[in-house]
Amino acid sequence: MKILTANRLTDGIAVWLGPDATWRESVEGADLARDAAGEERLESLGKAALANDEVVDVNLIDVEIVDGAIRPVRLRERIRAAGPTVRPDLGIQARPEPLYSI
Amino acid sequence: MYRYDEFDQSFVNARVAEFADQVERRLAGEITEDQFRPLRLMNGVYLQLHAYMLRVAVPYGTLNAKQMRMLAHIARKYDKGYGHFTTRQNIQYNWPALSDMPAILADLASVEMHAIQTSGNCIRNVTADHFAGAAADEVADPRPYAEILRQWSSVHPEFSYLPRKFKIAVTGAERDRAAIQVHDIGLHLKKNAAGELGFAVYVGGGQGRTPMIAKKIRDFLPEKDMLSYATAILRVYNLNGRRDNKYKARIKILVHETGAEELTRQVEAEWQALKDGELKLPEQDLRAIDAYFAPPALDPRPEGDDALKLARLDSRSFGEWLDQNVVTHKHPDYAAVTISLKGIGEAPGDATDSQMEAVADIAERYGFDEIRVSHEQNLILPHVARADLKAVYDRLVEIDLATANSNLITDIIACPGLDYCALATARSIPVAQEISRRFASFERQRDIGELKLKISGCINACGHHHVGHIGILGVEKKGSELYQITLGGSGDETTSIGEIIGRGFASDEITDAIETIVDTYLAHRTDKSERFLDAYRRLGAAPFKEALYAGEAKAA
Repeated sequence: MKILTANRLTDGIAVWLGPDATWRESVEGADLARDAAGEERLESLGKAALANDEVVDVNLIDVEIVDGAIRPVRLRERIRAAGPTVRPDLGIQARPEPLYSI
Repeated sequence: MYRYDEFDQSFVNARVAEFADQVERRLAGEITEDQFRPLRLMNGVYLQLHAYMLRVAVPYGTLNAKQMRMLAHIARKYDKGYGHFTTRQNIQYNWPALSDMPAILADLASVEMHAIQTSGNCIRNVTADHFAGAAADEVADPRPYAEILRQWSSVHPEFSYLPRKFKIAVTGAERDRAAIQVHDIGLHLKKNAAGELGFAVYVGGGQGRTPMIAKKIRDFLPEKDMLSYATAILRVYNLNGRRDNKYKARIKILVHETGAEELTRQVEAEWQALKDGELKLPEQDLRAIDAYFAPPALDPRPEGDDALKLARLDSRSFGEWLDQNVVTHKHPDYAAVTISLKGIGEAPGDATDSQMEAVADIAERYGFDEIRVSHEQNLILPHVARADLKAVYDRLVEIDLATANSNLITDIIACPGLDYCALATARSIPVAQEISRRFASFERQRDIGELKLKISGCINACGHHHVGHIGILGVEKKGSELYQITLGGSGDETTSIGEIIGRGFASDEITDAIETIVDTYLAHRTDKSERFLDAYRRLGAAPFKEALYAGEAKAA
């Protein structure tokens, strides 16, 4: 399974594409591609968003579902999704209910 | 310190205006990311994992209180309240918005600072001994030469698109505190038999994926010839350096593939055509730049010795700090102070906005308005009266920056690693923090003695692991972080590249492995005067390998 991620052009903040084709600051509820057709669809949305100067550095990343929540497979992407592991007070992990522990 | 003249200020202001326009056009969608990326990199703006990163130049690591306050202001207003001091004596901000960059650069320009050439394939911030102008063992202050190199290399039309980035370091003392032998060009300022100033010139050192120790291609280059000789080196590199392969594009590879002798011949031939031209530095220009770096008027303060004796009796922790973080100054009544940014369990090199403000206040009140950033990611007050050391210490205690660990095992260099960096393959900071906590005891650190531990989160070696007495390199293996250990590296006048000791360690094993190495050293050293590095050079890798891996061999 894959989801689409990027960094927002204006402030560089990591974002993920939601099912409503809008970029959100959390992997939670990201639009999941479960097959090649889904990946193609996400990629074309990503290309459009890049061309439209909404985001930069667009990438499809591997994820799995753990306890009902989306969890990126690579550590790098888990850190992008949560925030620096050495600063739990910053990033998405600083919200009252963190998504998961790295 | 150097003050901008009208030309410098208008040049920096013009660049701010130019980049502000570029940012505006990018945000308006008038230029694409592919067009914009090289422009933002020329102005120190990277894209990292969580956000943009801005790298601000601190020329040869020297700044004043006003500039430090501006760095604090930027951390507070545009970032998340902190900054990260780097191994190129610069500072990086981890969270600035692209839309704020023009305002940040305008704020920097108002205190004679910028972010130009902190990225890209150009000549980067020239680094220097952080005790320059203060060190008792110095022949002359290296910073005037670093400043001349800065002026010459800033938007140099011929050297703005080199095969790869290019780093120059200058030291003015026999004891090399600027790691000049792992730079593209290393300059060792010295005097010849006639008492004239000049340089030993080293070329082709570097770390990264192919670590190399620089070759000395000239034992004495008169100071007036510095720019013509540097130009000759850069020309040979620019012409012959490999542009076909990013990983072979640094001058170290050219030196290695060409051979030092042939490369020297080419440089000397190029130099013959240049040396008597316009690049020859006129004596009056040299001395004019020197004047900017004249030491402050250090009035006699002979009361310091008695004051320190009393304060030592009064406070053991002050005595420990005095022994560890204070070094001899040219002037007997003064000292140079290392402000450790390596508090136990803290992220190496990080400082908060309020700590930066407080350091600026201390520098203004007790340090003649001078601050340095060291390549070891600490701050330095180069000129403090010994009589004021206790007052400085007390202020540092208040802001949690009084850790007495300079040159000890917890004085760790660490790159940002996978917590921030888009290139990293493993985390560095948590490893540094855990090792720091394990060795937190001052008595234990002091017993271990000088030990330089350096951690990089990828092969690019920003954390200088190749020249750590103990080096740690984090890599990704089968989806997990794995840490390789190198031993015996050194970045001083006896530079050596550390040797890989054996298989790597998982993140939950690495601190134990470091402890095993340290215990092995303690068991084998002749006595306390034999430092870790000396012991390793005498013993070789065998006892350390035995201690780390013997159990496995037997089990197998």
